[in-house]
Amino acid sequence: MAEKVLMKGNEAIAEAAILAGCKHYFGYPITPQTEIAAYMAKKMPKIGGCFLQAESEVAAINMVYGVASTGKRVMTSSSSPGISLKSEGLSYMAGSDLPCLVVNVQRGGPGLGGIQPSQADYFQATKGGGHGDFKMIVLAPASVQEMAELTVKGFELADKYRMTSMILADGTMGQMMEPVELDFDIKERPATPWATTGTKMEREHNIVNSLSLVAEELEQLNFARYERYAQVEANEAMYEEYMTEDADIIIAAFGIAARVSKNAIVEARKQGIKVGLIRPITLWPFPKAPFEKIADTAKAVISVELSMGQMIEDVKLATQCKVPVTLCNRVGGMIPSPEQVLEAIIKANGGAN
Amino acid sequence: MKEFKRITLLCGHYGSGKTNVAVNMALSLRKQRDRVAIADLDIVNPYFRSKDSIADFQDNGIRLICSEYANSNVDIPALPQDMYAITDDKELSVIIDVGGDDRGALALGRLAPKIIEENDYEMLMVINCYRPLTRDAESTIEVMREIEYAGHIKFTGIVNNSNLGVATTPEDVLKSVEYAREVSEQSGLPVVYTTVNDNIYNDLCDKIENLLPLSLQARPV
Repeated sequence: MAEKVLMKGNEAIAEAAILAGCKHYFGYPITPQTEIAAYMAKKMPKIGGCFLQAESEVAAINMVYGVASTGKRVMTSSSSPGISLKSEGLSYMAGSDLPCLVVNVQRGGPGLGGIQPSQADYFQATKGGGHGDFKMIVLAPASVQEMAELTVKGFELADKYRMTSMILADGTMGQMMEPVELDFDIKERPATPWATTGTKMEREHNIVNSLSLVAEELEQLNFARYERYAQVEANEAMYEEYMTEDADIIIAAFGIAARVSKNAIVEARKQGIKVGLIRPITLWPFPKAPFEKIADTAKAVISVELSMGQMIEDVKLATQCKVPVTLCNRVGGMIPSPEQVLEAIIKANGGAN
Repeated sequence: MKEFKRITLLCGHYGSGKTNVAVNMALSLRKQRDRVAIADLDIVNPYFRSKDSIADFQDNGIRLICSEYANSNVDIPALPQDMYAITDDKELSVIIDVGGDDRGALALGRLAPKIIEENDYEMLMVINCYRPLTRDAESTIEVMREIEYAGHIKFTGIVNNSNLGVATTPEDVLKSVEYAREVSEQSGLPVVYTTVNDNIYNDLCDKIENLLPLSLQARPV
């Protein structure tokens, strides 16, 4: 067992990335994720890696594109407004089938918004994140330990499917400190025969490009890409269930909202209300199976979110409208309290038991 | 608790627990002196500031010298408008909560000449061997030197605040004693206090010298 260290969520991401063999980080500072860049700036030179503070988010994501083209592990991180700036690059990388890791430690929006936590980039992360038909694997940590674990997982999935993995955390996850064990089994990377590493006059040129001017060919590229996405959906959905076995009421929540909800569930159980939690760990692919399962047995579902109600749409699709789904939320940098969630549970139960 | 100098500066790696130590020290200092202030000179981190404990300060008659923008959504590196009270008002006893690392210590440069000239201060390095970038004496000393260089002022002592947050066990603290001794030996500075959360103080008070119980200011989620 590895020794425990006390880390901020942002630091845990940075250290886990380095352990996963990422030696290239490009970014531009923005609260509440700046510690990722600060950690990389300190650590990368010591391990022979490259930390570069780009002149902008747009520059940073294009540097990621460049390194990804050579088949090396590479990442960038930002917070909500900065991710919007990167969206052109995200689309280009999808169009070029390049693996990379992008971290979004969300803050309240829209626009410049504030610097307090949010989950309002759910749509942006899970429904595309740029122009054109594409998907990103979206991972939602709910502890500092998971910030580290899902960073490693994110790199692995990105390599496996040649696509972008995004860590969708919120400001609380980035800033909170918890003991972490950084004891990972780092798998060997799949080969990257597509990488632009020089032909050595031994093979044909590799071309990494998202431009495709023949419509018939571009269509085929999209079809092939979506076949890969179907594999991801079939194989990679991750979730946690908490006290769902006998639950009449199901809470759907991820990240900090899931932690708050667990507190409320413990309290509600004391009052005799049978309530449980489904916590999606991958937001795309969305874990439909556990929701399909409870759709016939639960009498109500509550989606607890730090947004005006974004994941709730996927919850409704997954439960196929067989059960009423309501929203319990705070926005703009505010976090629902356990009391607020408990109130929503009692209401969904039709009053106190 | 030992007798305080007029000014106590708390510096260290970010996340070492400076603010928690500073807040506790200000409350202790208030028991010894009438006019006490805590000064938050952090220009780096917009979160987890001394200002979180403002109610405690008001209840205990402790003045808070702090940027208007601390803990607000205004994420700019600003110093408190009344920061010169620290050096100008010689009747005031002050705990200074300096920002993390050398970047945070930059804010000290303006005050350091007057603090050194008056020579009634103690500058303490808050250390925590459970933080990833200060896990051993060497890396801790490196951070110390960077802070001294940025702040234009030298350390006089060490506070061993090694902890794993609310999960800290007495064994975790005991294990850190050797680390603190090494930092002390290599820097030539005394370990002035070893700090522990007050819930485990009784387990350790006869095992570690100069043990200081702290109450935790930040609330776990």
